[in-house]
Amino acid sequence: MLTILFDGIAAGMVLFILASGLAVTLGLMNFVNLAHGAFAMAGGYAAVMLTSRWGVPFFASLLLAFLIAAALGALLERTLYVRLYGRPHLEQVLFSIGLVFMAVTVVDYVAGSQQQFAVVPEYLKGRFDIEGIGIGRYRLFIIALCGVIVLALQAILTGTRFGAQLRAAVDDAQTARGLGIPVNTVFALTFAVGSGLAGLGGALGAEILTLSPTFPLKYMISFLIVVTVGGTSGMAGPFFAALLLGLADVAGNYFLPSVGAFITYALMLLVLMLRPQGLFARAR
Amino acid sequence: MQKKSTSTPFRSGARLALLLQAALWLAAVAAVFLLPRRMLLLNEITILALFALSLDLILGFAGIVSLGHAAFLGLGAYTAGLTLKHFSIDPLLALLCAAATSAVLGFATSFLVLRGSDLTRLMVTLVVALLLGEAANKMQWLTGGSDGLQGIVVPPIAGLFEFDLRGRTAYCLSLATLFVLFLLARRLMASPFGMGLRAIRDNPLRAAAIGIPVSRRLVTVYTIAAVYAGIAGGLMAVTTQFVSLDVFDFARSADVMLVLILGGTGYLYGGVLGAVLFKLLQDILSGLTPQYWHFWIGLLLVALMVVGRDRMRDLVSKVLGRIMPSATATEVVR
Repeated sequence: MLTILFDGIAAGMVLFILASGLAVTLGLMNFVNLAHGAFAMAGGYAAVMLTSRWGVPFFASLLLAFLIAAALGALLERTLYVRLYGRPHLEQVLFSIGLVFMAVTVVDYVAGSQQQFAVVPEYLKGRFDIEGIGIGRYRLFIIALCGVIVLALQAILTGTRFGAQLRAAVDDAQTARGLGIPVNTVFALTFAVGSGLAGLGGALGAEILTLSPTFPLKYMISFLIVVTVGGTSGMAGPFFAALLLGLADVAGNYFLPSVGAFITYALMLLVLMLRPQGLFARAR
Repeated sequence: MQKKSTSTPFRSGARLALLLQAALWLAAVAAVFLLPRRMLLLNEITILALFALSLDLILGFAGIVSLGHAAFLGLGAYTAGLTLKHFSIDPLLALLCAAATSAVLGFATSFLVLRGSDLTRLMVTLVVALLLGEAANKMQWLTGGSDGLQGIVVPPIAGLFEFDLRGRTAYCLSLATLFVLFLLARRLMASPFGMGLRAIRDNPLRAAAIGIPVSRRLVTVYTIAAVYAGIAGGLMAVTTQFVSLDVFDFARSADVMLVLILGGTGYLYGGVLGAVLFKLLQDILSGLTPQYWHFWIGLLLVALMVVGRDRMRDLVSKVLGRIMPSATATEVVR
């Protein structure tokens, strides 16, 4: 029972890392980016390829996954995304769907359509038993790492000059520009970090989630749920939403495997019905 | 396009546009005799056109962005398939059943769509399609699950027109359905109801202020669009005698958006033109790279959106303006 709780928290943590970039671009910058999962997939594939083909150490591969996804994100932001800021949602949707289609087929072409498996080092395999509660070491590692990242993100957003600039740029780009804040750079950097975190999440989650070319499509809905249910006014909402979703998913699959997905989706519909602004957001 | 507005200064333009439309439908009918080998492809195009027309009603006229329009297509397909399989009723009756079930679903979910912003709508439509796909997957005893719904036997239409292997009857049925539903949609969108919808699309607040019942209009048009999509799905089941889970696929919902964008939104012909373009593209691209043709579709989407729809529209009307009076060009494009 507690094992499920534990696994659920681990899944939720990974989900938050995956979706945190989207929480900023979609939640704060109001850009409907359905291609967020593509960056996660890039990171996941990079990590798997690096560890299995070239024998790169696990931690180095995580870092590289972050960097590769971040570089990809920065590149696409500068060349393509920047042109679609402030455009109608429909165009952003179509644009990002196009990116997803391209990502899916490119990965399929390069790496084949089969599922990829993460290479986890020996010392992270296996599980402890603490008073009858099985705790996977890898999951414990994930929770610890993601916990650190969550705290760091929150600290950066609320406590640093950059965080303040970002919040200002999101609230009113024009005024922020007038005050001398380099809005474009701030957005580009944010987008890159968000993509990088997605890549890291993809690398970490390769164990827990299934990594295959359809990854961006399969988990798109989860990311969107995290952001919409969490509300769009900060990081705390998406964080709790991700935990809830992770728990609901793991518990649903364990207790009611035949209707697990139904319950998650139905709950989400209910939340959106009752609170269109999200669970944790103040109504605007 | 307001075809009925003969009192506007665009009289000659309107006449030309009417001629073009007549030519389009005549070509579609002539294809029955001229392209007997391509009946199956033409049938697919026609059904896709109907599906895109359905999306145009909510997206182009009411401004509702939907990521799960395949929900209605799939429900219609399964309804028609199941009624045909178990009761072997007349195909037209099966289409009516498909229309009925998707009307119920459309009406029920329209209230979800009313609430919230674009983002909430995206989510809700997406989730509804996912839920239905999941349901069809799990209800194996009814739908055949991932094997698809097999063993559909379609009796002749009204006991008269047998379905042939070439797909001639199928195409004729689809084309006739599209034509009737198209005329209906045109009548509807030229009525005060349609005008009201456009007002809502452009500015819901202002529309409400001048006395348009925004919620009721949106519920109605969403239900109508659901019926159209359901009938398109029903046609798929009737003419292919097979329904598989991929009718609920996200790719379907995304493709139909692309179809509509290719053809242009908000003037009803967008769906038809887009469907022709899309299927031709698909035919060529999947001939080049069978497994990866979605890459090119993606590239096209990205390129189109980076260029921007406004600029594309300007370009098209400029090109059209060269060949016909400018009034017509803007009217055709808009």
